[in-house]
Amino acid sequence: MTEFTPLASLAGGALIGLSAVLLMAYQGRIAGISGIASRLLPPYPDNAFSSRLGFVLGLMAAPFAAYLVTGVTVVQSVPSSLPLMAMAGLLVGFGSVYGNGCTSGHGVCGLSRLSVRSLVATLAFMATAFVTVFLVRHVFGG
Amino acid sequence: MPFLANLAIGLIFGLGLVLSGMANPAKVQNFLDLFGTWDPSLAFVMGGAILVTFIGYRLVWQRGAPVSGGSFQLPSRTDIDSRILLGPAIFGIGWGLGGYCPGPALTALGLAAPGTLAFVPAMLAGMWLARNLPEHRKQPA
Repeated sequence: MTEFTPLASLAGGALIGLSAVLLMAYQGRIAGISGIASRLLPPYPDNAFSSRLGFVLGLMAAPFAAYLVTGVTVVQSVPSSLPLMAMAGLLVGFGSVYGNGCTSGHGVCGLSRLSVRSLVATLAFMATAFVTVFLVRHVFGG
Repeated sequence: MPFLANLAIGLIFGLGLVLSGMANPAKVQNFLDLFGTWDPSLAFVMGGAILVTFIGYRLVWQRGAPVSGGSFQLPSRTDIDSRILLGPAIFGIGWGLGGYCPGPALTALGLAAPGTLAFVPAMLAGMWLARNLPEHRKQPA
């Protein structure tokens, strides 16, 4: 069980949106994490490497910045099976780049642009994610 | 300057992920578990993010150009090909299995949970693989 947190989740979502708007205002780019992270690996399409590195380091600094400001550590429960997590990571990395985006690029930025491609992508990943959790927890799991 | 600006913008994104609960795979998987321990919080994350982005993008686009120069770089494709279904379908399976999509996985990396330390290198390998497929390299970046 996790607690239903509508206000914190809404506020957190608004911060994600603010970040997406700021990146568009500053650099004219979509805040798609799979696109940003995957272009930290070769081949390098342009000379925006340091921008992408900055963005990802900012992401990684967030739990520590949150702790410094609030004194609260991030509560997490991460699946413990390492082979399962490695397989999940491989699917997430491959699928998000193969489909040109993930939850942020298609789900947030794409839907906000009213992109039909992003709507199709979002429906596809939501569908397989719901089915996967259903199968793992209610068909194969205990 | 682009480095520092992006560092700050990325930090805001990461703080949003932390505050919203998306950096916790259990919360994501409970959102995806409609017939079990359903936690609808993530619908509020998406709602808040899309509301702000939808309005903010339109205000920003009225300016005509980004602050740092150049032009707005928006995806121009509108075709529905097999990749726009197949890629997200594969991604969704991994998202359901691990409870992480790319942003939260990177945000949580420093918390160093063993599962995260297994997930992130494999995710980067998957990204590298997809970008270096012969068919992908022909696409515009």
